Amino acid sequence: MAAAASQYCTFWVDGLFFGVAVSEVQEVLRYQELTAVPSGPEAVHGLINLRGQIVTALDLRCRLGLPPRPEDALPMNVIIRSRGEVVSLLVDDIGDVITVENRTGGALALEPAPANVPSIVQDVIVGVLPLPESILLVLDADRAADVAAAPEPTGGTA
Amino acid sequence: MDDDAEIIAEFLVESHENLDQLDRDLVELEKQPGSRDLLSSIFRTIHTIKGTSGFLAFNRLEQLTHVGENLLSRLRDGEMAMTPPVTEALLSMVDTVRALLGAVEATGSDAAGDADVDGVVAALRAVLDGEAEPVVEPVAEPVAESTAMVESVGPAADAPGVEAVQPTAETPIAETPTEEPAAETAADDETARRGVVESSVRVDVDLLDSLVQLVGELVLTRNQVLQRTEDQDDIELVRAVQRLDLVASELQEGIMKTRMQPIGQVWSKMPRVVRDLAVQLGREVDLRMEGHETELDRSLLEALKGPLTHLVRNALDHGIERPEARTAAGKPAQGRLQLRAFHESGQVVIEISDDGAGIDPDKIAAAAVQRGVITRDQAARMETREIVNLIFRPGFSTAAEVTNVSGRGVGMDVVRTNIERIGGTVDMHSQVGQGTTCRVRIPLTLAIIPALVVGENGETYAIPQANLVELVRLEGEELDRSVEHLAGAPVLRLRGHLLPLVSLAEVLGRRRPDPDALTVVVVQNDGQRFGLCVEEVHDTQEIVVKPIGRQLKSLPTYAGATIMGDGRVALILDVPGIAHAHGVAQITEGSAESSTSESTDSTALLVLEVSNGRRAALPLREVSRLEEFDVARIERSGDAEAVQYRDGILPLVRLTSAIGLAETVRDDDQVSVVVHEAENRRVGIVIDRVLDVVDAAIVPSDVGRRAGVLGSAVIQDRVTDLVDLDAVVALTGVGA
Repeated sequence: MAAAASQYCTFWVDGLFFGVAVSEVQEVLRYQELTAVPSGPEAVHGLINLRGQIVTALDLRCRLGLPPRPEDALPMNVIIRSRGEVVSLLVDDIGDVITVENRTGGALALEPAPANVPSIVQDVIVGVLPLPESILLVLDADRAADVAAAPEPTGGTA
Repeated sequence: MDDDAEIIAEFLVESHENLDQLDRDLVELEKQPGSRDLLSSIFRTIHTIKGTSGFLAFNRLEQLTHVGENLLSRLRDGEMAMTPPVTEALLSMVDTVRALLGAVEATGSDAAGDADVDGVVAALRAVLDGEAEPVVEPVAEPVAESTAMVESVGPAADAPGVEAVQPTAETPIAETPTEEPAAETAADDETARRGVVESSVRVDVDLLDSLVQLVGELVLTRNQVLQRTEDQDDIELVRAVQRLDLVASELQEGIMKTRMQPIGQVWSKMPRVVRDLAVQLGREVDLRMEGHETELDRSLLEALKGPLTHLVRNALDHGIERPEARTAAGKPAQGRLQLRAFHESGQVVIEISDDGAGIDPDKIAAAAVQRGVITRDQAARMETREIVNLIFRPGFSTAAEVTNVSGRGVGMDVVRTNIERIGGTVDMHSQVGQGTTCRVRIPLTLAIIPALVVGENGETYAIPQANLVELVRLEGEELDRSVEHLAGAPVLRLRGHLLPLVSLAEVLGRRRPDPDALTVVVVQNDGQRFGLCVEEVHDTQEIVVKPIGRQLKSLPTYAGATIMGDGRVALILDVPGIAHAHGVAQITEGSAESSTSESTDSTALLVLEVSNGRRAALPLREVSRLEEFDVARIERSGDAEAVQYRDGILPLVRLTSAIGLAETVRDDDQVSVVVHEAENRRVGIVIDRVLDVVDAAIVPSDVGRRAGVLGSAVIQDRVTDLVDLDAVVALTGVGA
């Protein structure tokens, strides 16, 4: 597959281990207050004020068709840059920035997602990296942030 | 390398500004052919470009400006007079310079690009030579170092010379250049001299934008600090905070001003546009412009350029007639095109008016019907003003022939779309034979707007003040009396007018229990009003409009978002979007809008019950009010019935008998009356009751056609008589 970035910002969503190339990540923030967008796409959890900029917050659980987060758990924001805009991905927990290398120090090749991974997840990942202790799902930031293109969930646009 | 790029960038910015000035100077020069001041100014500009391009080794540019400079120096020194061929040559030089600068901008060199430098150089030479004076100097220095130059000297001698002079032979431009030499107009020049703004600095737009952003942040932080220090005893701290408050406000105001630019920036291009078009179309035009200094936000200014230019082109192409036609019509051969800009109630108004042929509403209506923009029936019902404004509909053009100026049937609708996109409106008024005035209204700025902040379900929303008409609060009994439901659609009787109501809760996809009090925000979109019912009204504020992400762009409900004093995000409601999404746009707008989106002709109809379950329908747009009168109030004059109504007499006509049905015997002490108003007539139509308001595509049939009935149609699965309003009104004897 295409030459993969070797540094990933990692996070967990419903037990799944995701990574986004560090070059696409602007910053990581703890929970921010959200303003709901009534009648907006379901995956749009709300808007946050990021130092004066209005940023759309997308709930990755909803985006990936995963069960909703327990009420008492506050999501974290992974702020990414996508198609000239800044978008926040709401995730369960933030992991480390990891550097993925093979034994010779080169970038590890991405593998295509196993065929039995749900297609809604396959749609937003570039591929997977089987690391010794876990499998990293490498997220395609642009596709993850495209909500209008995603299958419209219930209660979508009027 | 970086230094070079910087110098070139600066050179480009400077040159582009200079060229704009040059365009204006050249057109002005045609009017004051001898003006030494103008000539000197032009000369200086070209000289500067020549100097810098030589320094930066842009040889073609240098070569071109060099020849131009020679011509200009002779004009300035009075050795040659301004003639149309000279102007033509100079203007084409300016165009070529612009093209070369464009190439420099794109590629970093003036060698690329397909500008016909040689041809223009030749034309300039021809003009120089054409004046028959012994020309020695122009074939001068730079020849040696530039190879391109060598080729260009050849053609200069023969053909292009003729070519350059030719087009001007038929140029009917307004002023015949008088031959008087430079000296005389000195006094005029004094006033016409451009004000050199040396006290200004050029600032990068990105920098300005980030300053606006930062100052917004500062204001928010200030608000938080203000809140925290409210109950502090520390006098020093309180004072410091007050100073901070003041300074931040002033800073905000100042920064916002930096984004404002005079509309003169757009207008400076107009003289050239008008001149070129006038020549091309064989029109004589006197262009007048007022209100150069009117300021508006730069982003708006940018967006306005296209639409304004198109409107000006349109005025020349379709408005102002050829000189012969004008003289024949008893008008001066020279047409007048006037551009005015001014501020009016927080908006910028731009008027483009001409004294041309005007728009013939009959022609427009005929063309609109022929092109299927509206139906014949609709055309008959439309007012002149509405008809004139049909030209803004997609797929409409009345130009008898397609010209390359305007009239391809695209354009006016694009003009309207572009103006509406920046929150503006456009409206056309025309008098056949007298001229046309196009009025464009736009907000001062999109960046900061006054807005009404309302609350719904614990969240705050902002409604732009531009859409706001008034606030109405209804409680208890008044609520029951004023709000009615027409087939489930709530309607408010507001001072006799029927106002469709939309609940914000529903717009936001929620259900709200029927409240015992109602707060209605009366809003206006494109001249149509509706009421937005909200839970709470907070206050009005200046809000900073910020864009929302692409995930939300397609929602009709929101125009953007803003950040409130407490740092929270609030959504800005899009009133036109809500109106369209909830169907209140077309109820009052009549069938017009919907007929373009769907091919069928859908009309809002008021469905009535007459005579024991028989149904009849009236176009809703003809209904101005619904009233209830005590039977006791009905007075008689001969056979006619009337009531005293609003300081006048309202003649009544009973719909049942008017459409040939048996009168219903009723013993109610109230009658329901549909008040119809048009021009000077006002008539009350007595009905049994209102059943419904439907927005239906009706297929009229002749079944049941008789006096007072146009025919019938199936509405809501029931055969319904379509009332012939004119015939019914005629029964009252009021001029139909």
